[in-house]
Amino acid sequence: MADEGSSSLPLGGMIIEPGNSRRYRTGEWRSQRPEVDKEKCTNCLTCWIYCPDNSVLVENEKMMGFKYSHCKGCGICANQCPAKAITMREEGVE
Amino acid sequence: MSKPIAVNGDTAIAMAWKQINPDVVAAYPITPQTIIVEAYSDYVADGLVDTEYICAESEHSALSICVGSSAAGARVATATASAGLAFMWEMLYVSASMRTPIVMAVANRTLSGPINIHCDHSDAMGARDSGWLQIFGENVQEAYDNTLMAFRIAENMKVRLPIMTCLDGFIITHALERFEPLEDEKAKAFVGPYQPVRPLLDVKSPTTYGPIAMPEYYYEIKYQLVTAMANAMDVARQVMAEYGELTGRRYDLVEGYRTEDAEYLMVAMGSTAGTVRFVVDQLRAEGKKVGAVKVRLFRPFPTEDLVALLRGKKAVAVLDRAMSPGTGAPLYMDVVEAASQIGSPPRISNYIYGLGGRDIMPEQLSSVFGEIIEGRGERVNYLGVRK
Ligand code: SF4
Ligand code: SF4
Repeated sequence: MADEGSSSLPLGGMIIEPGNSRRYRTGEWRSQRPEVDKEKCTNCLTCWIYCPDNSVLVENEKMMGFKYSHCKGCGICANQCPAKAITMREEGVE
Repeated sequence: MSKPIAVNGDTAIAMAWKQINPDVVAAYPITPQTIIVEAYSDYVADGLVDTEYICAESEHSALSICVGSSAAGARVATATASAGLAFMWEMLYVSASMRTPIVMAVANRTLSGPINIHCDHSDAMGARDSGWLQIFGENVQEAYDNTLMAFRIAENMKVRLPIMTCLDGFIITHALERFEPLEDEKAKAFVGPYQPVRPLLDVKSPTTYGPIAMPEYYYEIKYQLVTAMANAMDVARQVMAEYGELTGRRYDLVEGYRTEDAEYLMVAMGSTAGTVRFVVDQLRAEGKKVGAVKVRLFRPFPTEDLVALLRGKKAVAVLDRAMSPGTGAPLYMDVVEAASQIGSPPRISNYIYGLGGRDIMPEQLSSVFGEIIEGRGERVNYLGVRK
């Protein structure tokens, strides 16, 4: 829960700090988490193109997994992956 | 010296805007507000103002344009009435919560149905919880004066809320009355230049207006309206005092007339307040201890001022030009709430009147005084309705 009082928030809740959505951890919304099977992954980066939350990690043009702080578990990456390399798993379930 | 002239209330409002020359006016015409936007578009066409005048395709769009323009850093005015105000519904709340100090004339007209173009306050009363300030005028002079003061109140840094300057449809909007405008320079100096808060066009201080607020923040952001409304009460008082110094026309949030030794009061808003004073004078001549109360500022509601006027009175009639089917009408509810702070409050009854433009006559108000003096009448009464 946030702790700022009404009077310390900017007028009308306007955002006066550019880029502060980085601190808004949309990963807390997630009920399912994407997991990648790197055996199947071809590094085509379709998942990276489609992810609406910029949560597919890429290094040297290779798909390196997910940024779980902001991945909200929408499943678009799993749906789009041509190699069926991404599986959505229930959070909190082994 | 300013010269008295004869115009109707709508024209007087357009004249006030002309002196202020807002950056943006976005509007859609609707009776009985039409003359305001028509006259103003003439000023624009004639080059008398340099306002960006936007003819929107609906009231929803008109107010949306106003919100966007205000966020961009513009001083903004608009006008509407009745169904037009209802069509702005969503944007009313958005504009208040986004703290865009838009000044909007509301030519009070009833809401359908049955469809009717004439005066009552049902349009503005419906919007009373939106977070807009609401100020009511009694005649053409007040419609003009309220407009100049409205910009100052709404735009004050401690307030930053939109404001409705309400005037009775046809009774004030279309009736020709003598009034005294300020000289242009005086009006401009009184209102002063516009000061934006974090305008969107200031690219060096990037700002997002109107972002989503989840349950952790919504309530706190909404509570800011409570704080702003409380500040608006003091600001309105100061602005009215300053305006009184400038013009000699001394206004207050709530104005009592012959109330000091009165035992019975009648509370009203808008043009009927003048009729009430006329009746008070008549009854005073007969030795009846009666007085009148006019509520100028309806939002925020000046509870303390009402308390001071109601204390020690025997009975009060609250006139509402609107109804809330199933319970008492809005002004009555607020007056009763104020009176609940008094140890032994007066007996307060509600008189709904003048719906859909039905005339209210002095004899009717005399008989209302008669009823409350004799302790007759229901809690909520529908004055003059054929049952
Ligand atoms: S879309 Fe599938 S195959 Fe392509 S990079 Fe992403 S996980 Fe790998
Ligand atoms: S589940 Fe949605 S948010 Fe998470 S990585 Fe895939 S596309 Fe992005």
